[in-house]
Amino acid sequence: MSEMTIHLKIWRQKTNKDAGHFEDYTLPDVNEHMSFLEMLDVLNENLMKEGKDPVEFDHDCREGICGSCNMVINGRAHGPKLKTAACQLHMRTYNDGDTIVIEPPRAAAFPIIKDLVVDRSAFDRIIQAGGYVSVKTGAAPEANLIPVEQDTSNDSFDYATCIGCGACVAACPNSSASLFTGAKLSHLNRLPQGNPERAKRTVAMVQQMEEEGFGDCSNYAECEAVCPVGISISAIAEMRREYVKALF
Amino acid sequence: MKLDPKIPAGPLAEKWTNHKENMALVSPNNKRKFTILVVGTGLAGASAAASLAELGYNVHTFSILDSARRAHSIAAQGGINAAKNYQNDGDSVYRLFYDTIKGGDYRSREANVYRLAEVSNAIIDQAVAQGVPFGREYGGLLDNRSFGGAQVSRTFYSRGQTGQQLLLGAYQAMMKEVHSGKIKDHQRQEMLDLVLVDGVARGIITRDLVSGEIQKWYGDAVVLCTGGYGNVFYLSTNAKNCNVTAAWRCHKRGAAFANPCFVQIHPTCIPVSGDYQSKLTLMSESLRNDGRVWVPRKKGDKRSPNDIPEEERYYFLEERYPSFGNLVPRDVASRNAKLVTDEGLGVGETGLAVYLDFRDAIKRDGESVIRAKYGNLFDMYLNITDENPYELPMKIFPAVHYTMGGLWVDYNLMSNVPGLFVAGEANFSDHGANRLGASALMQGLSDGYFIIPYTVGDYLAGAKLPKVDTEHEAFSEAAEASKGQLDKLLAVKGKKTIIEFHRELGKILWDKVGITRSKEGLEEAIDEIRALRDQFWKDVRVPGDANYYNKYLEFANRLADYFELAELMALDAIDREESCGSHLRDEFQTEEGEAIRNDKEFAFVSAWEYLGVNGKLETKLHKESLIFEFVEMKQRSYK
Ligand SMILES: Cc1cc2nc3c(=O)[nH]c(=O)nc-3n(C[C@H](O)[C@H](O)[C@H](O)COP(=O)(O)OP(=O)(O)OC[C@H]3O[C@@H](n4cnc5c(N)ncnc54)[C@H](O)[C@@H]3O)c2cc1C
Ligand code: FES
Repeated sequence: MSEMTIHLKIWRQKTNKDAGHFEDYTLPDVNEHMSFLEMLDVLNENLMKEGKDPVEFDHDCREGICGSCNMVINGRAHGPKLKTAACQLHMRTYNDGDTIVIEPPRAAAFPIIKDLVVDRSAFDRIIQAGGYVSVKTGAAPEANLIPVEQDTSNDSFDYATCIGCGACVAACPNSSASLFTGAKLSHLNRLPQGNPERAKRTVAMVQQMEEEGFGDCSNYAECEAVCPVGISISAIAEMRREYVKALF
Repeated sequence: MKLDPKIPAGPLAEKWTNHKENMALVSPNNKRKFTILVVGTGLAGASAAASLAELGYNVHTFSILDSARRAHSIAAQGGINAAKNYQNDGDSVYRLFYDTIKGGDYRSREANVYRLAEVSNAIIDQAVAQGVPFGREYGGLLDNRSFGGAQVSRTFYSRGQTGQQLLLGAYQAMMKEVHSGKIKDHQRQEMLDLVLVDGVARGIITRDLVSGEIQKWYGDAVVLCTGGYGNVFYLSTNAKNCNVTAAWRCHKRGAAFANPCFVQIHPTCIPVSGDYQSKLTLMSESLRNDGRVWVPRKKGDKRSPNDIPEEERYYFLEERYPSFGNLVPRDVASRNAKLVTDEGLGVGETGLAVYLDFRDAIKRDGESVIRAKYGNLFDMYLNITDENPYELPMKIFPAVHYTMGGLWVDYNLMSNVPGLFVAGEANFSDHGANRLGASALMQGLSDGYFIIPYTVGDYLAGAKLPKVDTEHEAFSEAAEASKGQLDKLLAVKGKKTIIEFHRELGKILWDKVGITRSKEGLEEAIDEIRALRDQFWKDVRVPGDANYYNKYLEFANRLADYFELAELMALDAIDREESCGSHLRDEFQTEEGEAIRNDKEFAFVSAWEYLGVNGKLETKLHKESLIFEFVEMKQRSYK
């Protein structure tokens, strides 16, 4: 097991109202099997022992499924590994002596709360606008009365695996939430259950996305590249088609 | 303290139907006059909140995370049980009920478990209607897989992300009601206390985790859906924010805590790699459908597993339990993994691991079939360990996973505090001494969609609730107490970090209140917990202050509650002089290491009343007898 020295440059910002800045830290004994967040835990232990404020970052599952973590690492949301959330990144990806820059995802629609923690409630509001099937508890028919072609179900699942982390927004030069919104539409719109509300859902969610201050999509495809679960950008094309169809 | 389980009379299969028919109803016009506080928005909370709001109640929801979609439920991998019998393999409501009672080693209530099995099918219907993309067969109908403790295939799944898909279904239903205005959703708000007025739950105290502000909320009923307390061990498969605080604070206000020592230790997790370890990762139980568990027969065999010939491999589950083989229930699998590693047969650098091998399954079905079933789990394993499970067997070891214990509730899921309901993993209700795989999702959603909406209504229709608001002195008293505790933590300004304390506490529990327990060890644990708790209050260092976002202050506040809970777990384990399910006492086992249950003396639910902490935890045990009218208590056998 090899130990490495890692240099860190981390965005520190006490509250939304304070100005932020980068601060430098050095960790002398980073183990290659540590996860990236465990490396930050160790940093925080050291900081607290020195009587300093630890670095705040969102995390919960540490398994790449809850979408809490979403820091930008060396300019890339979730760091260098393809289809890997920051919490699943391991220090073996780095070399002794490396410098790592860590900052929050930056977007007008994601105001900073503290350090690396941002407010992503805009995503909830996009879902509130129409990201569901309106079926009341108890009103559902017997499950196997709604057969769904296996391929359709699989495709739907692929879009439904979005973890709502916001990496797509962080990576997009326009801070667009099109991949997030498109993924939910592509999950629901292609299913027979989602069909009755298809047009209404599409228009409502797209409009909410605009209201929240997310930018337009100009096909940079950066979102797909950083998505930790590999949501395909075809979701955005589908969203556009559905939107045009819904309006006319 | 009075504990009335309120089990309806009548035949098992008719209890719930009859009970529902006899419930008092709240008229549509009156529903909007009631406010319900739902704390926690995982599967249980999100489904309860959505369903209550659809009925017309005013609902407030609270959670620690920044969105309901992130609750710990999101991480559930393997699946959800239901008695649909789509496989035509002889499944039925009765069989699901029976497997669950037996799996729980006859330490749960018949009536509750039967109801759970009874509503299981409606959960699948509901989820499918919401657009949850379950695995399907070529013909477009739903597929099933097998899970431990059952001989039928009744587990519905969405690849390895079943919890995610079910939670998103419930979350979306909840967001629909936020949109309609019936739910006011308060994320990043942690409940710190329960407010009682004249002994009835009438509100809660929260801390806004962003501004640090202490806030007061009144309601006509409180529904606690705050999950389990596995993180008391520090290392567990639970998400980092899982905690016992809301439940424990309710316990301190009078709610009985039931069966705290029943903790599920899951057999298949990725072993600990170093002392920086912050949590453990589960490898789904579904892997035991195709993976074979083994260790080398020879002690200290350092050969690569692939070089160890068949006859030198000890497939200990298959040999010891020929009829269930690798699919024995979790407690049995974990205990056997501990037995073989205790004998020195463990593998890996630490010797604290056993193999889970897919070689034969890959040979039989081909790699692509295995990839289609478990691809994401294999990727996760590879990513964490840097070893390829298609080529080498996985190394796995048991880890703390789920807590069967929780707040005591009656058949209506109401605690002994009127107006305080508890749903999901936070209650103790359905799993007895051991939960079967794929049954937690079922229980959380059964509670939330199909039970709470009825029983809360029944309560509200009959309760006399004088008008109160947050100006009532009970609210300011509770708010002051919550604030006082935070100030006290910040004022210690000691030298040891919160995590250091938590790791130490976890180690005491893992060693002495873990897979096996003994009277002697438990007594030592109690002394050690008390000493460490004292030290915590003298020497912990909590950074920053309470007026802004401060995650470590949250952790410290939760750890303070764990220190009390830990002692209760050990006390409960000492008191239960038998082995059952997850609770194995060294003194009560056969020579082959099988549990010896004592139905004569211990067929009861332990419900503890909190009396205070003064150096030691003062507590009083109440017993709810478990009466088995419909099934015969048998020694569990998976041989
Ligand atoms: C890795 C893993 C895999 C699993 N796989 C399966 C499976 O395949 N099948 C199965 O049936 N079960 C599985 N389980 C178990 C199952 O996921 C859980 O038991 C279940 O999801 C718990 O749901 P819940 O709604 O009760 O609580 P949770 O999902 O834990 O939700 C708790 C909620 O309460 C909130 N909260 C907690 N404390 C407070 C507070 N003080 N104030 C405000 N809010 C609070 C949280 O923010 C969260 O919203 C798995 C568990 C794990 C760890
Ligand atoms: S912490 Fe859950 S996805 Fe990273």
